[in-house]
Amino acid sequence: MEKFQGECKILDAVPRPDYAFNSQRKQYFSTEILREMGRFTPDDARKIVGVVDVDLYVPILTFVFGEAQLNGQRALVSLFRLHQEHYGMAPNSNLLKVRASKEVVHELGHTFGLTHCSHRKCVMHFSHSLRNVDIKSADFCGGCSDLLSAFSSC
Amino acid sequence: MKEKVRVLVVDDELIMRDSLSDWLRLDGYEVTGVDNGAEAIERVKKEEWDVLIVDLKMPGMNGIEVMQEVRKIDRGIPVIIMTAYATVDTAVKAMKEGAYDYIVKPFNPEEIGLTIRKIIAQQRLVKENIYLRRELRRRYQFKDIITKNPRMRDILELVKSVAKTASTVLIEGESGTGKELIARAIHSSSPRGKCPFVAVSCAALPETLLETELFGHEKGAFTGAISAKKGRFELADKGTLFLDEIAEMSMKTQVDLLRVLEEKEFTRIGGTKPIRVDVRIISATNKNLKKLVAEGAFRDDLFYRLNVVSIQIPPLRERMEDIPLLAEHFLEKYRIEYTKKVGEISEEVMNLLLKHDWPGNVRELENTIESSLVVTKSNIINLEDLPDSFGTPDEKSYRLSGKKRLDEVEKECISGALHVHNWNIKKSAEMLGIDRTTLYNKIRKYNLKKC
Repeated sequence: MEKFQGECKILDAVPRPDYAFNSQRKQYFSTEILREMGRFTPDDARKIVGVVDVDLYVPILTFVFGEAQLNGQRALVSLFRLHQEHYGMAPNSNLLKVRASKEVVHELGHTFGLTHCSHRKCVMHFSHSLRNVDIKSADFCGGCSDLLSAFSSC
Repeated sequence: MKEKVRVLVVDDELIMRDSLSDWLRLDGYEVTGVDNGAEAIERVKKEEWDVLIVDLKMPGMNGIEVMQEVRKIDRGIPVIIMTAYATVDTAVKAMKEGAYDYIVKPFNPEEIGLTIRKIIAQQRLVKENIYLRRELRRRYQFKDIITKNPRMRDILELVKSVAKTASTVLIEGESGTGKELIARAIHSSSPRGKCPFVAVSCAALPETLLETELFGHEKGAFTGAISAKKGRFELADKGTLFLDEIAEMSMKTQVDLLRVLEEKEFTRIGGTKPIRVDVRIISATNKNLKKLVAEGAFRDDLFYRLNVVSIQIPPLRERMEDIPLLAEHFLEKYRIEYTKKVGEISEEVMNLLLKHDWPGNVRELENTIESSLVVTKSNIINLEDLPDSFGTPDEKSYRLSGKKRLDEVEKECISGALHVHNWNIKKSAEMLGIDRTTLYNKIRKYNLKKC
């Protein structure tokens, strides 16, 4: 949480979001989950990030690593496609943690008003494949840091 | 910061529309969604869009019909057709009807961002290309201002220092002295140099047209205003607006211009929404503006606004020392353009150039050199190559006195015309003011041959 200068609390786990399951696509509709997350968001929370292990989609895209409300409160990240196993490789929990933290920072960035960045190393770069997730760093580029501090102070 | 790219999403399914809009917003685009073709067309008529993403299957108008209607309003807007049914037939039809691209729902996340980025990059290139082509011939910098005259040197120093500021500049000088050249030099060496330089001649257009040209208009503002149009002020945003022949501006337009200068915003003709612009104004005139103010023909408040920095360009006759330099410069310029091997200007010609009083100033000198270079058949520009319109009767008689017989002059004149038009008989006859039969007869008489 040091990137956003705030206190962080971990909430209890919630049941699998079956309400968002699409049986045709065999995936979970992330916008629906974001909507439902309001029900278990504490009143004093400024932002909330959900982490799920199911495969997420939005109707127009084949899959998403996560989704967030631009300038909003809620963000959601899926670990499903961040696992090495998903690509038929040996598990690597360290790598998973690194990838997940990048995606969490990325989605939280959106909730602070940041849009995608063209710097490939910036955490706000749009990752459409695991390769891109691995290429980018867990940090904001100079431009996005400046914007973030400007947006957070207002 | 990214520049604002406006995307219009047209899809009857709410969930698809919202999902796509949200994604594009995360990508930094300004997105509006509508649920039917008719509304999309209305929005295209009213506003400007950079990209349209249209669903193929919709009740009422389908995506291809929407695209065809949109094309009638603005041919240039790129349209992406999306569909849930991936058939070769629909894809081919969409592309044939002029869709920029075709995507199948759901898209690969990679696809949508890439497609739009590709369009934006391509659109930017198209716009830049049009802009550069227009500018290419008129790319002026300091190096194009050729002088060793002390007054001109002072002006160049002033230009350099004024370029760094945002002050308005008034350039006064006779016609052909290079007022626009100075304005462009100020613009290109200012921090605004990479943004547009937009020139408007206030004398070329009647009052009402000048207003629409400057401020633009909304759709339906007047008969014939079938779509909204940006004015020169908007086109020059972040750049420089050059108002040439400012003295010709009507009183009404002067008031409007003054308001923009004071408030830095204006509304399009027929519009209500104020538009803010950041434009530097450089104006020019060949009249004595101060005198016009005294006579009441030009508003004094506007004059003071425009005249923060004033530059007076001397006429060419007051900087005669520049004539050889300028003549050589134009010779070099047109030698390259016409690929001719003309190396120099004869001494007699140069003497004559120095004697002339150049009412048309540098422009007249440039035209004289260009036309002589076109006509000449040797590699030196001689007296007989100078255009007939050039010089006073005295100078002409000097050029012709006792040197040539009338038929020699005629022969030379005809062969010159033929050469200029590459032996196109019709054009050469027109230039000489005779009919084709006469020209054929003359060619036979003087035994002229294409070399």
